[in-house]
Order: sequence, then structure tokens, then C-alpha cells
Amino acid sequence: MQIPYTVTPRSDTGLFNGKLGIWLFLASEVMLFGALFSSYVLLRTGAPTWPRGWEELNIPLATLNTAILITSSVTMVMSWASLMMKDFNKFRRYMGSTILLAFGFLVVKAFEYGHKFELGHFPSTSNFFAVYFTMTGLHGLHVIGGIVVNSYLLGPGSKMWNTEPERFTNRVEIAGLYWHFVDLVWIFLFPSLYLL
Amino acid sequence: MRPRKERETPLEHVAAAEHHTHDHGHEEHLGFWRKYIFSVDHKVIGLQYGVTALLFLFFGFSLMMIMRWQLAHPGEPIAAVFFIAPMALIGVVVFFISGIKPSLSMLIGLLFLGMAGLVYYLTSGDERFPGGIMLPEFYNQLGAMHGTIMIFLGVVPLGVGAFGNFVVPLQIGAPDMAFPKLNMVSYWSYFVGGLTMLVSFFVPGGAANSGWTSYAPLSVIATTGQTMWIIGMVFLITSSLLGSVNFIVTIVQLRAKGLTFMRLPFFVWAQLVTSFLLLLAFPPLEAAAVLQLMDRVAGTSFFLPSGLVVSGQALQNAGGGSPILWQHLFWFLAHPEVYVLILPALGIVGEIIANNTRKPLWGYKSLVYSVIFLGFMSFIVWAHHMFLTGMGTTISTFFQTTTMIISIPSVIILTALIISLYGASIRFTVPMLFALAFLPMFGIGGLTGLPLGLAPPDIHLHDTYYVIGHFHYVVAPGTLFALFAGIYFWFPKIVGRTMNTRLGKIHFWGSFVAINFVFMPMFIQGLAGVSRRLYDGGQQYAHAQGVLYLNNVMSIAAWVLGAFQVVFIVNFFWSLKRGEKADTNPWHATTLDWQTPTPPPHGNFLHEPVVYRGPYEYSVPGKKSDYTPQNEPETSGQKA
Repeated sequence: MQIPYTVTPRSDTGLFNGKLGIWLFLASEVMLFGALFSSYVLLRTGAPTWPRGWEELNIPLATLNTAILITSSVTMVMSWASLMMKDFNKFRRYMGSTILLAFGFLVVKAFEYGHKFELGHFPSTSNFFAVYFTMTGLHGLHVIGGIVVNSYLLGPGSKMWNTEPERFTNRVEIAGLYWHFVDLVWIFLFPSLYLL
Repeated sequence: MRPRKERETPLEHVAAAEHHTHDHGHEEHLGFWRKYIFSVDHKVIGLQYGVTALLFLFFGFSLMMIMRWQLAHPGEPIAAVFFIAPMALIGVVVFFISGIKPSLSMLIGLLFLGMAGLVYYLTSGDERFPGGIMLPEFYNQLGAMHGTIMIFLGVVPLGVGAFGNFVVPLQIGAPDMAFPKLNMVSYWSYFVGGLTMLVSFFVPGGAANSGWTSYAPLSVIATTGQTMWIIGMVFLITSSLLGSVNFIVTIVQLRAKGLTFMRLPFFVWAQLVTSFLLLLAFPPLEAAAVLQLMDRVAGTSFFLPSGLVVSGQALQNAGGGSPILWQHLFWFLAHPEVYVLILPALGIVGEIIANNTRKPLWGYKSLVYSVIFLGFMSFIVWAHHMFLTGMGTTISTFFQTTTMIISIPSVIILTALIISLYGASIRFTVPMLFALAFLPMFGIGGLTGLPLGLAPPDIHLHDTYYVIGHFHYVVAPGTLFALFAGIYFWFPKIVGRTMNTRLGKIHFWGSFVAINFVFMPMFIQGLAGVSRRLYDGGQQYAHAQGVLYLNNVMSIAAWVLGAFQVVFIVNFFWSLKRGEKADTNPWHATTLDWQTPTPPPHGNFLHEPVVYRGPYEYSVPGKKSDYTPQNEPETSGQKA
């Protein structure tokens, strides 16, 4: 038994199964973060005085993190492009850098969290910090999820390159779509939490 | 067809067929665990969903029976033996009559015994029944968990998980779901979520007790059971998320050659729209669950307003949160969820009506467009559950308008199904009886919803028994009857034997009469102003005195209803081995699910099916047989 269109696109839809699957998954992720952003907006506009707290956030560090994530999105594309050009070594280099950059993002985030805790800012301190920790925390979980997937593709999962190169390229593309989404969420989080 | 051994059992068929039709060159022997427990075959997963969901339905029903006992006899000691003895008896009977693989029948028998034990635990103990008399706190747990279990662990997994999994790939001519391993993960995620809910009865303070809606701030300050509820919900949401991605990809990508969208059986359309609702409506509840978890565990105040006083003590929290925010997030899921409950049922009824009227469905295209429009509209009606929250008349006006608009496609669907009966020579089979009963029952459920969708009458009716009567008419004699119809209809495809007709008719007529005696009096009580969620059934209120006697009527009817479900359980297990043998297409149906061996082998079809026509070509003039399967090639000289 063979399930069709796992690798090659179906002619009338123009998609292979995994690609449609990841787009649907991302649609649900949009609804998840959409609900969180809406809650943030509703709480903030509904509050008589929105608790201050964004002055306490470290904008330079967050800018650095934004740069890190955007760079990692670029390396992610390059790793997929390398596979398209049949250059497996280049793929490994780019994928490796993507994972390292993701770790870099988390390390910076950990410093930020630690500093907030030192100053006595916890999720329970005020609704601003509640929103801040919940949303960046959930985004952080998504980054960790991306690291797990990408590490699999760099490590044990890369064996597939020798047997089914096209399918492996598709997998990297799908992981890339997810990774760009995680990047995009941060691009919305950064201004709405740090700057506004 | 393959000759069948006399004592083969359904699951063994699947296994045996697996060996016969494996198209890899090598024999692959799957052990017990891979075949029955961690299977990736959509049919086995569908059966797993079905069995688990039926057991949860039965358990949710038992919770309701305990509530109904209390409502009829508030303040009197409970006679637990009436609950436990029938379950234990069913367990023993199942073990002896089913005759399926001993390990499986023992497993199912033990599950019933386990359920009897669980009910014994729930109906005893000083923290629930001191002196045999129910505490109000425990009644609250029953209410919350009855709703949660019936909706998230019973009806949806049965309608989407079981029927969707088993039937959709067959009807579209696919070898399996698009992502078989993901399918397995969906089931096990559902299973863990269900288990979390059951275990929550044993934590201090018992299970969740803030209603199935878990309104804040009550749920935020509730006992540990609420945290378990949230964790359980996260597993269930994950399950339905993975499931819905899988369904949509399967339907879009794996349709057989020639099966265009407008040739899809109506059931597949219903499942496709359902999957979109699950995909897009559940994540906001997940977000809400995360926020509530933060409120409960990390001490945040997303849903806690400033200055909240609990038991005479000011709550130590930052405040500034919004309880209504929870309601918005919750109903953003829970209204589409209503359509998740009803759409698969409409799909099943459509299939059965076309098959038993021997006519094409009337208005197939308007059915399809209505379902799509319904799915879209269901995202913008949610706040009609919140007219009493004081969100303002402007917003109320918007939502009552959208609610009136959404009733149009519902009425089109129901009308098309009823007109389909016109001029037909109807076969009154057991599935058809259930499908026919579905139409007026769902009609009552829908029409009684109109006053609730308009803000002025809703102010009177909100949170009364009228609301309970309304949505139970939609879900119990509505959806559940359709699901029963589906079980009777597809049973021969799964097992190779039909369920006993006489027992089926007893089950149908008994349930049909009894269920109306359970839910019709609720409208009367509700119009009299009796509130829901009262643990004494309204005894302490003067305005309820005139309609209190109905509590007894409803409770007796509920027992009768339960008794007739035993007929179904006995029929189900008895027919597994002793039912009348059925060939591959016993109902002479046209869709692809019947054009494959029974039970379908691993990979479903012996040859890749090619589709030549629409789904319901019954009684085509000039044809010899009164049905033309979708995959029958055109012969020259015949109309397309």
C-alpha cells in the first residue's frame, strides 16, 4: 500500500500532502496567536489604566534577538536552497547555523527573563507582565519545537537524503515554513510588547 | 470474495485480509500490539475511536443518571445498586455473548466492570455522599463532567473520529488517511485526554465543578480538578487539531481519479467543513486554556477582575482581568463546536436517506453550498450565548442578526432532506428509522433555538431548563440518533454481518418515545423559569412548585431510555458473531465505501477505483438495476 502524493504534487491541486498539511497547521497557529493577541488588545483597551512595565523591558536585547531570528530564517532558506542544488554539505552548514541561532535567541531570552525575575517582575506582578511572560513563553516553546525538528533533520533524519532526496528536500521545506512562522510571530511580538 | 471461516471475528478479517492483499513483495506480520493497539490503519483507528467514544458516552450517561436520581429524589439516600448492577451485568454478558477474540471481549467486559467500579466510587464516600445523600458540590462536578464527557469525549470522537476515520477514506477511494502515523497520534492524544478527565475524579476536591463552560472567575478559584480539566482539554485539542489537518489533506489530495468535489458524497462534504471548524475554532480555546492555566498556576489575573472577594476575603492578585474575555474565547470555540456535533450527523442522515429512498438527494448542490456557508457563519455568531453579560445592545444586535442568518442554511439543509423523501418508495430499515426520526427531532432542537438567538426572549429563557431542552434535542435525539443510524448502517461493512433488525426496532421505538419524555418537559420547566444547575431541581423556589412533578417524569423516562440502550449493547455484541451474514454491498449503495471487500483489506481497494458519476445515481431510468455505483464504467448508449 502506497499513499499517493507524499513526494510529488497532485496535478490539480499543485501540492504534495505535507505542504498542504503544514499550511493548515499554520492556519491553526495563526488562530492560536491571534486569540492571544486579541486578548492582549482587549485587556489593554479595557483597562482603566494599563499597568506600566514596558519601560523595564530591554529594547536593545530584543532588537538583537529580532536580528538573530531573521538571520536564522535566511539560513533556513539557504539550507533548503542548498538541497535544491544538491549540495548536502552546504545544507548541513546552513541548517547547523539555523539551530545555533535559535539557541542564541533562547539564551538572550533567558538573560532577559532572569533580569526581570531579579527585579521582582513575575507573571503575577501585573497584567502587563502576565501578557509578556505568557506570550513570549509560548513563542519560546515554539522555538524549542523548531530546534527539535531542525536537529532531527540535521541528525538522524538526514539519512533520508541518500534514499529519498526529493522527500527529504520537501521535509526541509516544510520545517522552513514552520520556522518562518515562528519568526513572524516574534516580529509581531517585538513591537506590540516592547515598543507600543 | 474470499471464503470466510466460520468463527472468524471482525478484527481478524482485517488482519487476514492484510496478508492476502499486501502489495509489497514480502509478508509483513504485525503483532497484536501493532495490529490492534498502535495501529496506523484508518479502519482500526476508526474502530478504536468508536469503541472508546461509545464507552465514554455510556459513562457520561451514567453521570446523568446519578443527577436525575438526585433531581427526582433530592435529599434522599441514593440506591447505588441500581447503577452498578446493570453495568456489572453488561460487563459479564458482553464477555459471554460477543464471541470475539477472547482477549478483546475480556478487555471490553473488564472495561464495563471498571466503569461499574468507578460509579460505585462516585456514589459513595463522605466527600460526595455523606450518609448516602448527595452533596451540592458533587452535583456540580457531575454537571461539568457530564457535559465535557458527552461533547468532547463522546459525540465528537464518535461522529468525527470514528465515522470520519472509517468512512471518509473509503468514500473517496483512498488507500488510507494522508498521514497514518499522525492519525495514530490523534487517537492516543484523545485517549490520554480522556484518561486525564477520568483521573480528575480522584484528586482532592474531585473533578472540575465550574460547568462544562468553565466560566471565570469561578473556574480560576476552583479546586485542583479544574487544572486537570485544562490539561485534559489541551490533549483533546491537540488530538482534534492533528485529526482535522489529516482529514482536510486526505479529502483534498487523496480523492480517487474522477472524483471531483461536486461528486463527493454529502457525508464527505460534511466532514470537510467540520474539519475546518475544528482546525480554526479550537486554537482560541487552547489560548484560553493557557491563560486560565496561568491564572491558576502562575497567579496571573487574565480573567480575574480587581477587588474580587472570595468567601469574605479579598483575593491577593494583581487584578485588572476580564471574566467576559474567557466567555468570548470559550464561545468562539464552542459555537462552531455545535456545528461540529451536528454536521457529521447531517452527513450520515443524507447518505442513509438517499440509500433508503432509492433516489438522489434533492438539491445536492444547495446542500453543499449551505454546509459551506453554515461553516463560515458559525464563526460569527458566538456571542449569542452572552446576551446576559451586559456586553451592550449594539453587539447583541449584531450577533442576533448573524444568528438569524445562520438559521437559513440550516433550514435549507433540513428542507432538502425532507423533500428527498417526497415520492419515494421508502425502505424502513433500522438505520432509516433513526435517520427519519432525526429530521423532526433536529427540527425541534433548531426551532426552539430561535427564541434563544434573539436577545429579548433570551433574557427570560437564559440559563433555564429551556436551554437544556433545546440543545439536548439537537444533540441527543438529533446527533445521537444519526450516529446510531450510522452504526446500524455501516456495521455490515465493518463486520460482514448486519445487526439484528427486531432488536434494532425495539431499540429505536423505545429510545424514540423515552427520549421525548426526557427532554420535552424541560421546555415546560424552563418556560416556568426553573434555572439549570440547581442540585435540588428547583425545590426551594416557589415559582417552580407547579412543574416539580415533571422531574419524576423525566427521571423515570431516563431510566427507560437507559434500559433500551441495553438492547443496543446486547444487539451490538450479539451480532458480531451471530448476526445475519451480509455481502459486500447489502444496502445496494452507490458510494465507493460499498464497492470494496468486506471488511476492506489493508489499502482498502483491490484495484485503484475510478469514478465516473455523482454519488447518488439511484433509480436511473433505463438502467437494469436501481443503483449505479460511482465506479461503474459508462457503457455506450447510456446517459451520463
